[in-house]
Order: sequence, then C-alpha cells, then structure tokens
Amino acid sequence: MGRPFPRHLLARLLARRVLLGLLSLLLVSIVVFAATQMLPGDAARAVVGRGGSPEHLEALRHQLHLDLPAITQYRLWLGGFLTGDAGISLVNGRPVIDAITVRLANSFTLLLLVVLIGIPLAIAAGITAAMRRNRPFDTAASMLALALAAIPEFVIGIALIVFFATVVLHWLPPVSMVRPGTSVFARPLNLVLPVATLIIAIFPYTFRMIRASMIDVLDSEYIEMATLKGLSRRRIVLLHALPNAIAPTIQAIALTCGYLAGGCVVVEYVFGFPGIGQGLVSAVLARDIPYIQCAVLILAAFYVAVNLLADLVAILVTPKLRSATS
Amino acid sequence: MTRRIFRLLPPGSARIGLLLLALVLAITIFGPAFAPLSPLDFIGTPFQAPNAQAWLGTDVLGRDVLSRLLLGGYRILGLSALATVLGVLAGALLGMAAGYAKGAADEIIMRLLDVVLAFPQIILALLFVSIIGPELWLIVLIVAGFHAPQVARVARAATLRVVEEDYVRFAETIGMSRLRILTQEIFPNILTPLIVEAGLRLTYSIALIAGLNFLGLGTQPPTPDWGLMINENRIGMATNPWPVLLPVLLIALLTIGTNLLADALGRAAFGRDGARTDGAGPAAADGNAAAALADGAGIAEMRA
Repeated sequence: MGRPFPRHLLARLLARRVLLGLLSLLLVSIVVFAATQMLPGDAARAVVGRGGSPEHLEALRHQLHLDLPAITQYRLWLGGFLTGDAGISLVNGRPVIDAITVRLANSFTLLLLVVLIGIPLAIAAGITAAMRRNRPFDTAASMLALALAAIPEFVIGIALIVFFATVVLHWLPPVSMVRPGTSVFARPLNLVLPVATLIIAIFPYTFRMIRASMIDVLDSEYIEMATLKGLSRRRIVLLHALPNAIAPTIQAIALTCGYLAGGCVVVEYVFGFPGIGQGLVSAVLARDIPYIQCAVLILAAFYVAVNLLADLVAILVTPKLRSATS
Repeated sequence: MTRRIFRLLPPGSARIGLLLLALVLAITIFGPAFAPLSPLDFIGTPFQAPNAQAWLGTDVLGRDVLSRLLLGGYRILGLSALATVLGVLAGALLGMAAGYAKGAADEIIMRLLDVVLAFPQIILALLFVSIIGPELWLIVLIVAGFHAPQVARVARAATLRVVEEDYVRFAETIGMSRLRILTQEIFPNILTPLIVEAGLRLTYSIALIAGLNFLGLGTQPPTPDWGLMINENRIGMATNPWPVLLPVLLIALLTIGTNLLADALGRAAFGRDGARTDGAGPAAADGNAAAALADGAGIAEMRA
C-alpha cells in the first residue's frame, strides 16, 4: 500500500479482460450456430413440410444458404445478425428481427423497472440491517433473504398469482397479456406482478452483499474515529460509510443485471408477458430455429457484456487486483 | 447420531432446514406407497373441489391430485441429486487436475470452463433442449455441466493450497504416481469445501430441473411431476387451487430447506457469512473477479 499503482499494468489487465470478453462472445456465437447445425433435417424441410416438391425444397435451401459450406453459412449468419438481418421466422414467415425488437423493448422496460425499484430497496434494507446487526430486524431480514434466495422464480411468481390475483385476493391481473401494437404501459397493473417477482428474486443477493460490505466498513477505524469526533450516526453512515461500502456492491448489481437476462425467460413465461424470454420459450416449443438463434445470441451477448462490466468495475475498485499484475 | 449432527450445526436455521428437508423427503420417499389411486386414471370431471373420493380434488384432466402429488416429487429429487453428484465429481476432477498440473494445462482447462460460464444457464438449457428434445438424461447432463466449472474453481483453489503441504511433497519424493497423489493425498483434503459446494449446488439443481419441468421441457405428460402440475393446473386455480398450491409449497420448502442446510454447513466449515465479499482467491487473481465474487452464495450463480 502507499506506492502508486502501475498504470500501464492496470491498462493491460483491463485490455486483457475486454479481449477475453470479445472472445467469449465469438465462442458463444459459434456454439449457438453449431448447436442448430446438429438438428436432424434442416430449416428448409421444416418450412416446406412433408408435402413440398423437391424443386421447392432446393430453391428454399438456396435461399437460406443451406447449400453452402457450414463455415460460409456461419459467416453469412453472423454478418446478417450484425447488420440487423436475423432471418425469417419458421412459424409466421416474417423477419425475426421485427418480432424481436418489439419484445426486446418490452423486456427492457420490465428489467429497468426491476433494477430501478429493486436495487435501491435491497440497498436500503442491507444498510438498515448492517446498522442493527444481530438485532431483530437484521435477523429477520437475513433469514428472509436466505429463504428467498433458494426459491425458484416460477414458484415465487405462481405464489404471487395465487395470493394477489386468483385464490386469495383479486387485486391484480394474473397474466400480463399485451395487445399487439399497444405499449406495456397501457395497463400498468399488468406490470406489477412480473416486476415484483423479479425484485423478490434479485433482493437476497444485493441485500447480503451490501449488508456484509457495510458491516466491514462500519467496523473500520475511520468510522470509529468519526464516531469519537461526535458526528451524528446518520451523517456517518450516509456520508462516510456508504461510499466505501457501495463500491463492491456495484459489481453485485452488474451481476444481478446479468442474471436478469436468464431470469426474465421463466418469469415472462409465467405471466405471459410479451418479452424476448417468453418469445424464446414459445420458439423452443415450436422449434423456430432462426428465432431461437437470434434470441439466445442477444441474451447471451447482454450477459457477457454485463459480466465484463462487472469484472472491469471489480478490477478498478479493488486495490489488490489493481496491483495483482506487478 | 442425529444429536451429533445437531450439535455440529448451529441451532436455528440449520435445524429448520433439516426439518424442512426431512418433511419433503418423507413425502417423496414414502408418499408413493400411500397414493390412494392411480395417478393416471380419470376419476371424474376436471377441477373438482376436495371430496370423499379425491381428498384434494381433481386436476385439469380429472385425475386424483393427492396421488399425483405423492408420486410427483421423487423424480425431481433423484435427478437433482444425480446431476449434483455428476457435476461435483466432474468439477472436482477438472479443478484438481488444473490446480495440480499448473502452467499451460491449468490455463487451458480453466479457460474452457469459462466458456460455459459465459452463457446464461437457463438459456443454454433451452438451446440444447430445443435441439435434442426434452430427454431426462440430457437435462441431468446439462445441469451437471453447469455445476462443473463453478465446482472446478473451488476444487482448484483448494488444491493450490494443499499441494504446498509437506505430505504431498513427501508423496512426490517417495515416487508416488500422480494419479494416486490426486486421489489419495489431495482429494481427501479438499473434501470439506467440496461438500459445502455440493450443498449449494443441490438447491440450484432442484430449482433448475423443477423450472424446466414447469416450462414443459423436462418430464413429459402424463407423468406426475410437481413442476409440470403447476403449469397444467394453472387455468383451474380459481376452482381447485390445490394442484397448484401444494406443489408450489413443496418445491419452496424443499429449496429453502436445502439452502438453509448448505448455508449452515458453510458457516460450520469456514465460519463465514453466507455472502462472500472478499472476491479474492486464485480465481480473482487471474482476472475473473466477477465469477469469484459470485461463487458461494447469491443469485448470480444460484439462479442465473
């Protein structure tokens, strides 16, 4: 400690991590493409069906580039994806990208609401628990977080439906169907249960991270010093402890966003929410390969990007890591 | 024996976890023997309220809910346990090999495992199930495959500590083969972190397998299964809530139970809080701090 950090080494560590991130993105795209190559038959036969004439099949194969070598197909597919052409849905014959853009916007709204409401809530609860360590509030909140951390999202979602929308109370709609062409905000009540489910799902992790890191900071000498100087408890916590406790939590928040890329799939399905995840489940049940490829690639890219961000933040806020390369 | 386990674990949360787990285990193990009717027979109109013939009413196709409930748990538990054991064994082998070999082999093994971690897991599962179909062996392999990289990190970190010990040096000096050193010297000494990790992994296996069943991508109808039951009977919740409510409750109690136990086991073994904040360890030093931080507890790997 005390000596300046070797800045060029820090830059190299960051660059290495970014490169690794890009490499995993590339690998992810190869896995997605290769996996769909393993399918028995091909997309053309799936579109034409059994009754199609051989000429028709051949023409479609040519149109879908299925007559080219796999490596060329991969290049064309990835190139198309990057320029916004993800192929034609096998289910309704319309461009995949059109369906995905609308669903992506819906999912993004959902996730934004979850992060904007859920994270501050978990941070506030975590700080309160840390300040009242081992007192009833802390014990209750910690036990609750431990229990909630284990329950699968679909179980949380169904339990909320049972309680608030069907059996016990009838306050909220049990499904979040949105008529095509209307905004998800047209009926805001539709959003309440999916958002609540995902908030309950992300609460435990953020809560436990901020609580543990706040306890570490509150035990440190400079906080003791501030207390001895006679500063008010609120001032100490908000101005002196929180900035230091929140740094490690930023990474936890980024990881939470990454989790949501997968978490949205099941929760959207539970509520029939018209997002990219629900679309993916439907596509899997209908074996709509171009849609599956596109949705998986987008969600995986989001996941990789957020994890990369989390790592970069971790490197930047952790002195141990900043000097790890020396 | 039971008293010794109770004394080993801190009271409170561990005891609750053990009781919850015992309750659900009892239902899944002894339940099938008590099923009053066949889970596949149609005994009446759909979604009947509980009555003298069907104590918990009937489901979407008019089958006995109680019988389906009693028979719907052991597959989830069995498959989860199998996936966990396979994943932990594979991860332990890879992690020990990486940690003991060091150098290029270490780097290659761990980087390849990182590729698996680059996917949101439920999405990778959807991708493979969409291609191969809803086969149970596939689901066990997928879930085990998700566990292996995380377990490998834990095993590698523990191995790196153990290989410096004198008894390993001694075994090398007297010319013991590398395989024997791995299995007889290193493996027994990294068992504690592995068991703790396996506990966390079990909860996650249950959640993922139940979730895939719920989505209709695991166990197929008409087989009774808690995850599937929830989805099948959702539409009749207002008429007969039991075929939804009870599987929801049982899955929740089961996962809470295993998680409380795993958490208590971790604290008993390492004396640390559920959420690890150190983010350090060998995994962090090679630039994967995020994954290291996510190790142990938390949604990032419990749920993702």
